[in-house]
Amino acid sequence: MKKDIILCGVGGQGILSIATIIGQAAVEAGLNLKQAEVHGMSQRGGDVQSNLRLSDEPICSDLIPHGAADLIISMEPMEALRYVTYLNADSWVITSSLPFRNIPNYPDEDVLMGEVRALPHVIMQDIEVLAKENNMPKSANVILLGMASTHLDILSADQLRAAIAKVFVAKGEKVVETNLQAFDLGLSLGQN
Amino acid sequence: MVMNRKLLLGDEAIALGAINAGLSGVYAYPGTPSTEITEFIQGNALARQRGLHSRWCTNEKTAMEAALGMSYAGKRALVCMKHVGMNVCADAFVNAAVTGVNGGVVVLAADDPSMHSSQNEQDSRFYGKFALIPVFEPSNQQECYDMVAQAFDLSEALKLPVMMRVVTRLAHSRAAVVIGDARDVNPLNPDTGKHWVLLPAIARRQYQSLIDKQVSICQAAEQAAVVETPAEGCKLGVVACGIAYNYVKECRMSHPVLKISQYPIPKETIRKFAVQCEALLVVEDGQPFVEEQIPGLLGADYRVKGRLTGDLPRTGELTPDSVALALGVSEVATLPAAQNLAARPPQLCQGCGHRDVYAALNEVLDDYSGARVFGDIGCYTLGALPPFQSLDSTVDMGASITMAKGAADAGVFPAVAVIGDSTFTHSGMTGLLDAVNENANIVVVISDNLTTGMTGGQDSAGTNKFEAICLGLGVPAEHVRVVVPLPKNMPEITRIIREEIEYKGVSVIIPRRECMQTLQRKLRQKK
Repeated sequence: MKKDIILCGVGGQGILSIATIIGQAAVEAGLNLKQAEVHGMSQRGGDVQSNLRLSDEPICSDLIPHGAADLIISMEPMEALRYVTYLNADSWVITSSLPFRNIPNYPDEDVLMGEVRALPHVIMQDIEVLAKENNMPKSANVILLGMASTHLDILSADQLRAAIAKVFVAKGEKVVETNLQAFDLGLSLGQN
Repeated sequence: MVMNRKLLLGDEAIALGAINAGLSGVYAYPGTPSTEITEFIQGNALARQRGLHSRWCTNEKTAMEAALGMSYAGKRALVCMKHVGMNVCADAFVNAAVTGVNGGVVVLAADDPSMHSSQNEQDSRFYGKFALIPVFEPSNQQECYDMVAQAFDLSEALKLPVMMRVVTRLAHSRAAVVIGDARDVNPLNPDTGKHWVLLPAIARRQYQSLIDKQVSICQAAEQAAVVETPAEGCKLGVVACGIAYNYVKECRMSHPVLKISQYPIPKETIRKFAVQCEALLVVEDGQPFVEEQIPGLLGADYRVKGRLTGDLPRTGELTPDSVALALGVSEVATLPAAQNLAARPPQLCQGCGHRDVYAALNEVLDDYSGARVFGDIGCYTLGALPPFQSLDSTVDMGASITMAKGAADAGVFPAVAVIGDSTFTHSGMTGLLDAVNENANIVVVISDNLTTGMTGGQDSAGTNKFEAICLGLGVPAEHVRVVVPLPKNMPEITRIIREEIEYKGVSVIIPRRECMQTLQRKLRQKK
């Protein structure tokens, strides 16, 4: 079994934290993993993505071939669209619905949303609003991870919860607790 | 026995491999994608316990030379840089092959095909060939870890510096690595030989000795080459170098593969491999280094496919897709490309002091139709993009000051240079001395954010020293002006820029305010 995941968003939105949690869970589960990250210039408010590959067999390429990704997990709706050629008809897109407008020519929002919704398999939520409403303003990315977890079936929800606990342990019990709640909130949204 | 496995970036695997190979010091200037190597060593417990040198250097040349000094003293040294850093240290690098080394020296060059964070795609393997030294090229994170120790061993066996070359996708990709035990550092044992004194008579002997070592260097590369499937009568054989090997394997085709992970190119192995195939496909990330050498090896009639023939793209990094296409893998059905997409280029952070510098420059230079602004390498290069569009050039580290001087020599007025604090000490100071010595009519803006910002906030060599440096180089004290780049100070900043443009000679304006990224990091740590 394998899962090829494209994590994307805008520099500074916290996609690498999602990658760290999934990576931690994968290592604990004894899976093979490769994760190509973007460092440097594009982290300054540009589009960023990370190729995350999990498999119970050896993984060759650090990059995911076009058409091979099982999942896009995106912190921003237009950024999700940027990578759809990496998907095939069975792949899923899990994305935040909140546009990040730091460019003058951002597409018309209704048209953009229409295109996202027209993809074969999509889960889209305003995770920033959900995070604020549920008193977890810094955990929008973990809500998104929870939403994606059903389709991350190479790892169980409990394995991901354990990884969240481990990744955030240095920041204290409260932060761990909040992020576990964020994950469960996302999980329930992803299942509906 | 439980294996010690760690999830590491390629860069981190190199760093840990070097520490465990008995490293005594890393010498480096930050540069994407090489920066994380030195950062890892700075944060490593064993490195701290052993007191390894890991402070940042002023530039790649000072790094290479200091590493050579450590080697002279008998200890192992690692030099790290991005590919263009090789240009900066080339003098020391090439001559280090002539002096030879005492303690092992590994020069790590991280190439950036596709120019994710760079201004060219130069392939560092050419530098290794030029200097006549061995080059290692790992294909994965485990090889990054393992090869550093091999490279140090070969360096000490041959008494030569050894290069290791990686590309962005390996430097910045994470995988599990099996970690071995750490061996001891070398004892202090300064060399007493005269081979370090490259007077012509000695240099000639040393150069001959370097040539004599080529047989052993070539043998080592032949031994490192791996032929995976014995070819015999097949149509296409694949020669895969470094990370390209992974893309070839991703295709799961049955072609025989010759994997190259050490240079000079293993000529005998390639020859034997080639006679068993009708044609070769050379898959290598970067420039066609191997592909160009093959006609000399196999004759012009032997069919070779690769980047030069268009079977693989001539520019940009390889991808599993481009390699699959070259291998004739049938295309996979994908979702169609999206319609509602806009490019999202990187930009200066909100609140960044460079923004205020460009706002002020733009306001003043609107009044001077002949104004030209020569930029440099760093975050502030983004001032070339909208909304500021303030820069007319960006070439290499330090070129802002010297290009402004040359343009002023030719009659451009006003000629303005914009350079960051770290870039100024890296390569700007000598150019400023040229300008001072001729009293060139230029304005140099040293936009000082107290850090090396672009690469993530490393210490900057000149922090707190800029006024003293400029005065020491001979800029008149009344024309070294310091301002705080904030919107509320705009009237003062624009006035000072105007005054210094009108002054006929070299002036330096230093807008100084801490980088938003490092400031926020410090605030988070305080919490």
